[in-house]
Amino acid sequence: MSETVISIENLGKSYRLNHQSQERYVALRDVIAHKVKGIFTRKPKVENPKTEEFWAVKDISFDIKRGDVVGIIGRNGAGKSTLLKLLSRITEPTTGRIRIRGTVASLLEVGTGFHPELTGRENIYLNGAILGMQREDIRRKFDEIVAFAEVERFLDTPIKRYSSGMSVRLAFAVAAHLEPEILIVDEVLAVGDASFQKRCMGKMGEVAKNEGRTVLFVSHQMAAVENLCQSGILLERGTIIEKGAAGDVIRKYLSDLSKLAEISLADREDRKGSGEIRFSSVTLQNEKRETVNSFVSGEKSIFVLKYKNHSNRDLRQLDVEVRIETYRGHRLILLKTELCGEAFQLVSKDNDTIELHIDKLPLAPGRYCTTLFVTMGGGIVDWVKEAWFFDVEPGDFYGTGKLPPEDEGLVLTPHHFSIPE
Amino acid sequence: MITSPVLQSPDEPVVSQEIVIEAGKTELHYWRDLWRYRELFYFLAWRDILVRYKQTAIGIAWAVIQPLSTTLVSVFVFEHLAKMKSEGTAPYAVMVLVAQLPWQFFSRALTEASNSLISNTNLISKIYFPRLIIPASSVITALVDFLISTGLVVVVMIFYRFAPDWRAITAPLFLLLALGGAMGAGLWFAALNVSYRDFRYIVPFIVTIGASVSPVGYSSSIVPEKWRLLYSLNPMVGIIDGFRWALLGSEIPLYIPGLAISTIFITIVLITGILYFRATEKRFADVI
Repeated sequence: MSETVISIENLGKSYRLNHQSQERYVALRDVIAHKVKGIFTRKPKVENPKTEEFWAVKDISFDIKRGDVVGIIGRNGAGKSTLLKLLSRITEPTTGRIRIRGTVASLLEVGTGFHPELTGRENIYLNGAILGMQREDIRRKFDEIVAFAEVERFLDTPIKRYSSGMSVRLAFAVAAHLEPEILIVDEVLAVGDASFQKRCMGKMGEVAKNEGRTVLFVSHQMAAVENLCQSGILLERGTIIEKGAAGDVIRKYLSDLSKLAEISLADREDRKGSGEIRFSSVTLQNEKRETVNSFVSGEKSIFVLKYKNHSNRDLRQLDVEVRIETYRGHRLILLKTELCGEAFQLVSKDNDTIELHIDKLPLAPGRYCTTLFVTMGGGIVDWVKEAWFFDVEPGDFYGTGKLPPEDEGLVLTPHHFSIPE
Repeated sequence: MITSPVLQSPDEPVVSQEIVIEAGKTELHYWRDLWRYRELFYFLAWRDILVRYKQTAIGIAWAVIQPLSTTLVSVFVFEHLAKMKSEGTAPYAVMVLVAQLPWQFFSRALTEASNSLISNTNLISKIYFPRLIIPASSVITALVDFLISTGLVVVVMIFYRFAPDWRAITAPLFLLLALGGAMGAGLWFAALNVSYRDFRYIVPFIVTIGASVSPVGYSSSIVPEKWRLLYSLNPMVGIIDGFRWALLGSEIPLYIPGLAISTIFITIVLITGILYFRATEKRFADVI
């Protein structure tokens, strides 16, 4: 019963990066101008030095057997999405080969092809067709899909009037009723409310277990991968660095993540933004302005962010955002200059430090991760996911010497109970 | 080359087909896939038709108003101001309307097909299917509008008590030519549009110019004989003349050399269009 359904040999995909233009597409003007210039200058035709080859996926080989549920994990830019795109035939590999036996459905996005002007009913048919279902199958499962999405009352309403939660539910319901032999899913569970997510997970698990379907699943949520998958593949810079039992692969991923934290922020290359300023380091300080290794629950906590101003100009309309996430990728707190009414209108070009103060740290002991996102006048200048990690030690947040037991809540808030007179 | 053994356990049913994904190998499944995805073709066309007149007050009536109003303007400008003559016994308005049919169809189909890929970016970057389906399904809306306008022409002909003769049955052939031309050029522009958004501006420009260099508002008989062959290089000339020949029952014979040029030209554009589209198709998801 262990038939190989997907076999991948030396798979690679390279893209040409064009450093010159930030545009998503080339203008004919530039191509013509370039050609014309070529005629007049009679330069020997050299490769444009500004373009460089980038291997999004390189030398990947693995086999997947029927009924396997495989989690593909890795940091942003590790090549997960490219791998799925190759598997779903959206883009062609540069090298290597994939053999797939059986019908494939890929779900790289929830609600691909949903049209806002069409009603829920119409969109179910359209989306089903886009995902490769036959009209007959859709008709047969129509009621089931509607029930799963809980949108009975809005079937004939255009989905532009749906709440985002509703359209996500509808989209997932269609996808969940696909019956391919191989299902490829990318991060789609990251949307929707928690209870619906749970139902989707249940549905996917059920599909994999009962119907012997093969599932490839990409997610940032280690909890989801752990629940759903038996085996895992860890990608890093386009290659496989670990494969095996899901638990082992996740452990390796998490330990790599914390090693990453030791790399200076300045050396990180997996960042986005225009780069006018680049954040280079983060230190933690306590109330007495002493540099510390970790924070304490309920204490004053200060992040000292150092950056380099590469633009040599004063910074205008600087908006800094620090997002605190759990180790497993759940977003907990958004700290943002704009939220507290402190967006920096003008920062001198000589400045190199921004401090973030949290008066009473509302986090339970544990390890947390942060994402740094900085914009200037609305444009992204520096964006680093999982920019750094920090630990929180037990502290006397409530003044009672007590903290919630482990896994019983991560966020602390002052509160009181009373019995009305 | 590594050949893998046929993996199949005895108690398992034979698995459906095997797909091999390799650089440059997409070709193999293409035409078979095109057939397998015919449902998607149907649904995309259905979507475009549904969406076309959503949230408009008079809906499908727009498909009638457009040819009607351009015809009125043409009649006024060409017949009343420029004092041009109609072909044969047909009233001027009928002559113009009959030319509007293929012209509106062609220009709309061309525009829709050219923009079809970039307006379906999300599908292309998230789902696999033979990309030819997108431009092909996008011309269906133009076809629906064509049918509605045909109804309009019938009504107007009844109004003028004008009946076409047996030649009317050849009209679909000229429609086929217009379809071929619109698809051929549309495939070129759609594929070029993916890399060079310039074609977003070039296509409306071509349509505007085309409306005046094609004999839509006037009869092509006003073109001097010595320019006739040159004029026929515009493939729409042969098609529009063909429609008039088929539906107006005039004694003006078909200009065969012109029609032949149109047909050859359209065939070439269509074939090269498909080839170019197929050649660039695999990069669409990466560049779009």
